[in-house]
Amino acid sequence: MEQNNLITGAEALLKALVDEGVDTIFGYPGGQIMPVYDKLYYYGDRLRHILVRHEQGAIHAAQGYARANGRTGVVMVTSGPGATNVVTGIADAMADSTPVVVLTGQVSVAALGTDAFQEADVIGITSAITKWNHQIRHADEIAESVAKAFYIAGNGRPGPVLLDITKDAQNELVEYSYRHCTGIRTYNPYPEPSDADIERAVELIDSAQRPFVVFGQGITISHAEKELAAFLTKGDIPAGATMLGLSALPSDFPLYEGMIGMHGNIAPNVKTNECDVLIAVGMRFDDRVTGKVSEYARQAKIIHIDIDKCEIGKIIQPEVGICGDAREVLTRITAKMRKASHREWIGSFDECRQAEQQLVIEPELRPDGGHIRMGEVVDMVAKVTGNKAIVITDVGQNQLIAARYSRYSGQGRSFITSGGLGTMGFGIPAAIGAKTACPDRPVCLFVGDGGTQMTIQEFGTVMQEGTGVKMVILNNNWLGNVRQWQELFFGGRYSQTRMLNPDYMGICRAYGIDSAVVEKREDLENAVRTMFEDNDRPYLLDVHVLEEGNVMPMVPPGKGISEIMINEKEWYKKNG
Amino acid sequence: MADSIKTYTVVIYTENSIGLLSQIANVFTRRNLNILSLSAGESAEEGSYHITVVTDGTERNVRGAALLVEKRVDVIRVDYYTDSEIVYKELAMYKVPTKSLLESGSMEKLLSGHQAKIVDINKKFTVIQKTGTAEDTSALLEDLKDYGICEFIRSGRIAVSKQWNAEEAE
Ligand SMILES: Cc1ncc(C[n+]2csc(CCOP(=O)(O)OP(=O)(O)O)c2C)c(N)n1
Repeated sequence: MEQNNLITGAEALLKALVDEGVDTIFGYPGGQIMPVYDKLYYYGDRLRHILVRHEQGAIHAAQGYARANGRTGVVMVTSGPGATNVVTGIADAMADSTPVVVLTGQVSVAALGTDAFQEADVIGITSAITKWNHQIRHADEIAESVAKAFYIAGNGRPGPVLLDITKDAQNELVEYSYRHCTGIRTYNPYPEPSDADIERAVELIDSAQRPFVVFGQGITISHAEKELAAFLTKGDIPAGATMLGLSALPSDFPLYEGMIGMHGNIAPNVKTNECDVLIAVGMRFDDRVTGKVSEYARQAKIIHIDIDKCEIGKIIQPEVGICGDAREVLTRITAKMRKASHREWIGSFDECRQAEQQLVIEPELRPDGGHIRMGEVVDMVAKVTGNKAIVITDVGQNQLIAARYSRYSGQGRSFITSGGLGTMGFGIPAAIGAKTACPDRPVCLFVGDGGTQMTIQEFGTVMQEGTGVKMVILNNNWLGNVRQWQELFFGGRYSQTRMLNPDYMGICRAYGIDSAVVEKREDLENAVRTMFEDNDRPYLLDVHVLEEGNVMPMVPPGKGISEIMINEKEWYKKNG
Repeated sequence: MADSIKTYTVVIYTENSIGLLSQIANVFTRRNLNILSLSAGESAEEGSYHITVVTDGTERNVRGAALLVEKRVDVIRVDYYTDSEIVYKELAMYKVPTKSLLESGSMEKLLSGHQAKIVDINKKFTVIQKTGTAEDTSALLEDLKDYGICEFIRSGRIAVSKQWNAEEAE
């Protein structure tokens, strides 16, 4: 019995979540978290719990939620298998700097380390893939640990935090009081760059003849979209986005030159290796961005701005490394730099852009007959939604093609994908999470037939919650991305990539989800329009696309970023 | 040269946090850096600890590892040094049969020559202690082999930097 003002640790945990402003939990119950679920019974009015069908679904949904609205996602699962089922998503959140707090149940303190039923060393397993993790052994640690968890997950470079909550801590009685965490002695999330650093960057930028900016998710995380646009405009500097930087600038922003990297646009990749000053903001020179590092932007003086000190000089040694928050640094640089004009340099992008339009984009979006191509589907969704959808992807060709052909109207956080880890199965649950966070916006998932089947069980969550996600399967009967590599780099030996598909409409019928199959180009537009007619209604479109379609252009693995294939046989060549 | 392999002493200041040592070891493992020696203990500042790791690697790799360790929320600071930048010592203990030591007649000379001392003695065995660099303690080990070593054990390295930071001294 609860006496006086004492409550159980389980209830203290829920109170702390409410005090932290949490409104949604993605979770799945089990033995060692039952005291918390028992109290949750009375907290339904304050905390919405979304019951997923597999714990991997919970963590990806929390990631989708966090990335769509910028708030920390919350996951609650049981010990042992519940906890190990979220490991992939934790690693994914770590790779993509996504703020999530994972609450795992744990056996009682006395049973720790004894191989008790459903005991797993979750702290040990997750310590390399969390920003911070902590085991709570007593109820009086709960409030403080929750406060610290949210502070760490959401500040600085965000990331996943795990709290492993023993049965003792859940059951003990405690007097509850909550104080938000406002700082930790050993952790400075927002390092302050010196004036000298800013000055050196400004000097380089002012002296540049051919400046170029590459930006990543750091822009989104630090809410620096406007500051980036102002910086580019004042300096008249063209810019390319990493895949995770997509949607931070509207697609029609005049100085925006598209996506960089392995399947990026030709112009920003080629120009990376022609610019004289390269300004990298909130990005980490991932190998999918740089290609062969020793041939990356050799001619350029590089300025690298990132909030994570580890990233500066990790891959690329910059002339000027600035460790700080992107918004603050851009604001300070913009204030000090000269207004400039680089019209001739910017004009030089046209040639690459036109070549890509003619050699790659036109054949993808407006082919002469044949099967529907993946790009056409993505393009149609952009057209029908007026570039306003939050686009979610799974991993593979569907992801790359969605990244290439989606368009954004200036609302950030509109492209959500598993970039760093490349986790197939991310898409369906992430879309559920994003739609939960932003119910008023259209949320459209592009997913391959392979990825669909990795987390297809979450159709059950869609059914139960009525989450109005629009799911588009780019169905090619292959593990397409791997097949593309086999075709291009493994002599066409299609080892274990042919995959038979179930009748998705049949599956959707079983789950009560409306769906349609599209096989012919002339049916595509109407089918997409029907899908988006009612924003609140879940819908699945199974589009049968060209089976052996490839995503082009492509910088083959191990090549320099300006060595670009435009199709299976030809390379991009300047001036013809 | 950033790419030549050298011995580095990495000094890590942390909160006393359960599990941190394994996280630190993980970082070294991920970076393919062999931990040659390790020592841990409370530091001058109450509630904080220092961990000293010796490893061989390139400056670039060791710097990367140091930054990754420093990134852990519970880590206060990480410094790394080459041998010439620090004063460093380790402690060694040698267990030798008392009989052979006494019979040799050269024990005192040996010990004073190595600046070693006896910390325990009984009829069966004598425990000799020496502080110094790994080379120093190995040299004594070599000389003691003639007497028949029963046990030899060496601590991890501890080090202080040769820099003088006036503020720190306040
Ligand atoms: C969990 C996981 N397993 C394996 C892979 C390797 N992989 C990357 S893309 C891909 C094929 C994806 O096929 P599909 O889902 O059908 O999408 P498509 O490429 O055809 O669009 C595979 C197997 C991965 N990224 N994630």
